[in-house]
Amino acid sequence: MHRREGLAKLTGRERYVDDLPLDDFLWGATVRSPASRGRVTAVRFGRGIDWSQFVVVDSQDLPGPNEILLIERDQPVLAAGYVRHVHEPVLLLAHRDRVALRRAVAAVTIEVAPEPAALDFRVPPRPEQIQYGADNVLKHLRIEKGDVERALATAPVVVEGVYETGAQEHVYLEPQGMIAHMDGDVLVVRGSMQCPYYVVKALTHALNRDEQHVRVVQTPTGGGFGGKEEYPSTIALHAALLALKSGRPVKLVYDRTEDMAATTKRHPARVRHRTGVTRDGKLVAQDIEVVMDGGAYVTLSPVVLSRGIIHAAGPYACEHVRIDGRAMFTNAVPFGAFRGFGAPQTHFAGERHMDVVAHRLGIDPAELRRRNLLRDGERTATGQVVNDGTDRVAVLERALALADYDKKRAANKAGGTTRRGIGIATFHHGAGFTGSGEVMLSSRVDVAGLPDGRIEVLSANIEMGQGTITVFTALAAARLGLTPDDVVVAEADTARVPNSGPTVASRTSMVVGRLVERACDDLRRRVNTGGRGKGEGLKRAIMDWHRAHPGGRLVGSATYERPPGIAWDDHTYTGDAYGAFAWAAYIAEVEVDLRTYTTRVTDFVAVQEIGKVLHETFARGQVQGGVAQGIGWALLEDCKWQDGAMANAQLTNYLIPTTEDLPPIRVAFLENPYPHGAQGAKGLGELPIDGPAPAVLNAVADALGVEPTTIPLTPERLMEIAERGARNAEQRRQ
Amino acid sequence: MTVHQPGTLREALDLIAGKPEAVPVAGATDLLVHWPARVAEHDRDYVDLSRIAELKAIAFRNGELMLGALATYWDVIHAGRMKEGFPLLVAAARQVGAVQIQARGTWAGNIVNASPAADGVPVLMAYDAVVVLASRAGQEEVPLDRFYTGYKQTRRRPDQLVVAIRIPWRAHDVAVFEKVGGRRAQAIAKVGLAIAHSAAGWRVVAASVAPTVRRCTAIERLLTDGTPVRGPDDLHPAIERDVTPIDDLRSTAAYRKTVMARLLYDDLRGVCPAFS
Ligand SMILES: Cc1cc2nc3c(=O)[nH]c(=O)nc-3n(C[C@H](O)[C@H](O)[C@H](O)COP(=O)(O)OP(=O)(O)OC[C@H]3O[C@@H](n4cnc5c(N)ncnc54)[C@H](O)[C@@H]3O)c2cc1C
Repeated sequence: MHRREGLAKLTGRERYVDDLPLDDFLWGATVRSPASRGRVTAVRFGRGIDWSQFVVVDSQDLPGPNEILLIERDQPVLAAGYVRHVHEPVLLLAHRDRVALRRAVAAVTIEVAPEPAALDFRVPPRPEQIQYGADNVLKHLRIEKGDVERALATAPVVVEGVYETGAQEHVYLEPQGMIAHMDGDVLVVRGSMQCPYYVVKALTHALNRDEQHVRVVQTPTGGGFGGKEEYPSTIALHAALLALKSGRPVKLVYDRTEDMAATTKRHPARVRHRTGVTRDGKLVAQDIEVVMDGGAYVTLSPVVLSRGIIHAAGPYACEHVRIDGRAMFTNAVPFGAFRGFGAPQTHFAGERHMDVVAHRLGIDPAELRRRNLLRDGERTATGQVVNDGTDRVAVLERALALADYDKKRAANKAGGTTRRGIGIATFHHGAGFTGSGEVMLSSRVDVAGLPDGRIEVLSANIEMGQGTITVFTALAAARLGLTPDDVVVAEADTARVPNSGPTVASRTSMVVGRLVERACDDLRRRVNTGGRGKGEGLKRAIMDWHRAHPGGRLVGSATYERPPGIAWDDHTYTGDAYGAFAWAAYIAEVEVDLRTYTTRVTDFVAVQEIGKVLHETFARGQVQGGVAQGIGWALLEDCKWQDGAMANAQLTNYLIPTTEDLPPIRVAFLENPYPHGAQGAKGLGELPIDGPAPAVLNAVADALGVEPTTIPLTPERLMEIAERGARNAEQRRQ
Repeated sequence: MTVHQPGTLREALDLIAGKPEAVPVAGATDLLVHWPARVAEHDRDYVDLSRIAELKAIAFRNGELMLGALATYWDVIHAGRMKEGFPLLVAAARQVGAVQIQARGTWAGNIVNASPAADGVPVLMAYDAVVVLASRAGQEEVPLDRFYTGYKQTRRRPDQLVVAIRIPWRAHDVAVFEKVGGRRAQAIAKVGLAIAHSAAGWRVVAASVAPTVRRCTAIERLLTDGTPVRGPDDLHPAIERDVTPIDDLRSTAAYRKTVMARLLYDDLRGVCPAFS
């Protein structure tokens, strides 16, 4: 099936928030903190500007609590006399002329009496840097299985390593933006977002309105990658405050620089591994310590940390595991949701470490993985018994065969000024919310029968390029025997659609798609089709129903139910962390230029078992896009920090891969249907970002005989490692 | 913002003679970068050169190549005889941005913008290009390797326009262009090199390793003298004399020096008997 909104996007006719027609509106803008921490001593409005023409909003203008409601309530909508990071919003301005507005923003001076900032999450804070709890720890979580210390004490070989990953910018094509206006006494906010009901929640809380007086509409969204999970609530609040104060529609759209500087990024992380193994490579103990940089407010860091530590031990069987995770407060621009949500960081460390272990033992990295991959009946770190019938070794074997691994591994690595290498990562990704998350969300989907016999799918899950509209159309059409043209997918407008949860966590197709199917079934029951259960018969039955109930609403509905036999204990962090995992083996081949230390990925194989492929083109697209994004994170994307803010907030100096920088990405799927996912599907959206970075670095390690531990592995960094390696070798010879 | 659109060079020179703060505009691919944020510059006068037919020409004559001030990268890539006569120009042009920028960006704009990381300047300098400047007072010619006086500083007076770039046509037995960017396309150079050898001698030009693109005269001397070079490290003393790279957002001084030495060594090893 073609992408439903594809033609509009292809021809440039799709209207994103910045393109929407709007009458008599004001542009909004944000004045931000210049300092990483301190008391605001003065806000000065420069001369030469007629400030009476501007709408000015500060923290005093909030009708409700000055809090962006998320997991915690620590983050203000607008700083109230105290700032905790550079670019923290302090003041909002609006004006009908955008250029005048830009001049005005530049003419405001925010003076801050600086206080000692915490800027390195890896070192314990000094007393004067402590700003959260007793130790700046935003969240501490721990997973424990067996007796790690004892197992390590008796392990024949113990291998240690420390791995670091950098922040990553989402670089969605469409920067963030919102429009707010009043419709009678209802506040309407439209914009680019992944989670309409998160925005509703944030608006009702801080603006002191009930849900009847707030309406949020998602506009066509040009990519999100998690960057539009929590941050849109902030922009929505800002636009709404300006609209409420001015009584006019307000449009607040970030340009690329502001978007890169002020919005969230992937959490930087440091992961320490201490691994006990037998001489033939069987894992006996994994002691893992994960530290993440949370930035200046809690935002989603506790759940990012949670997913990170749950994936940290990898898809391996090991009886003794301890994973200790901390998210640290720093005075950096807060970090947030990003595709993978903590797992890419811990998988990078785990998979890079597996190769370090393999090198130490003199075992081929593929063989080491074969010996340790989970077999059905074995338990993950949280004690979840994996019993899905997937042969994880077969996933690996398929990748090895496609990549011609054995031959490539044995081949001569040297060629003039280049060296070649090949590297593997085997990994997994749990789909849907962690632990009891899905139960707490209690998502609902409606499927309405329309008077003309068509059906309408109503959900709050949004299209951002990943294919939600098309996949929901296909699922509903298949379920009810209809053609795609008989299916309408409703705009995500909270005045119309039920809360089916956020469009995050690889849950849309698997979890919400399943609700679409069940809501379809419910619709069939309600029209009481008798023998005419599907297709044309169903359409006629729907039309008959409407004739019998003029003006009535015919709605089938489904609410999330926990699959049987799943249990999670949030207290001990044990049990079934996810309903299902997708499993993957990725293999990268690289060529390193010894003159410039640039690493080029020359081939990439991505094999994954995802339950069921719902749409071949989209699934491939998710994998290829994720691999591209992962290669960027591994080799190119380097956030340069200054006072906790990005110094290179431009696409000139923050480089993402072009097609020239990418290899052919060869994708293969294995299918083992998951009974509780739509048509057997498991989540796929995030999985592909977990594997590329370790696979690429393992390939570099193979090429050069060094052990790089940090990404991005820029040429500058690789030069240092390689030269150090060469110097050390020189010293050993002498 | 005021945009003037003179139809002739004469008009353009008259305009800027009266308004020394007026800004010439060619392809605007440098001028418009981050334009919305640069509100302070919106009030200035701009002189759009794009309608001046006299500045568009590319001509081969009297043993030289003459690039008009509006000649773009695209023009050079597609001009006849360019690949044989001036392969470095084609090589550099293909490395500038992507096709949209190649089609708009001009060589003259690249010169006057005076970025130390420019890609057009090193190859022009390696070919001994001469910048032809004109004002109401007359014409002046400045060899490109003497055009820059410091970071973003040039010998062009505000009342002067670049009208042409003259490049002598010589036979070269060595012609190498290297651009090391942060990625394989669409990137600003971290290290740039143009190496040429002809009857006029060695030319080695480096970009992104000093406040301006510049000739590396110590390296050139070493090549002319045939000083033996047994590895990249032997080039470091000359590199130290020629360039002064810094740590910045895009790279480090150490990386730039190392890479410069390795590329020079690797590129010259096959062609220069003193390199072993
Ligand atoms: C996306 C992008 C990618 C880019 N990639 C590269 C790259 O890879 N390599 C590279 O070197 N550059 C790159 N650039 C920079 C730019 O494209 C080049 O420097 C280009 O050659 C500038 O030419 P222009 O005609 O557009 O100059 P303009 O922007 O019109 O002018 C640049 C400067 O020169 C002055 N000027 C122009 N013409 C004259 C004249 N005849 N007389 C006097 N002064 C004049 C202007 O006043 C201005 O100061 C890139 C730019 C962008 C936006």
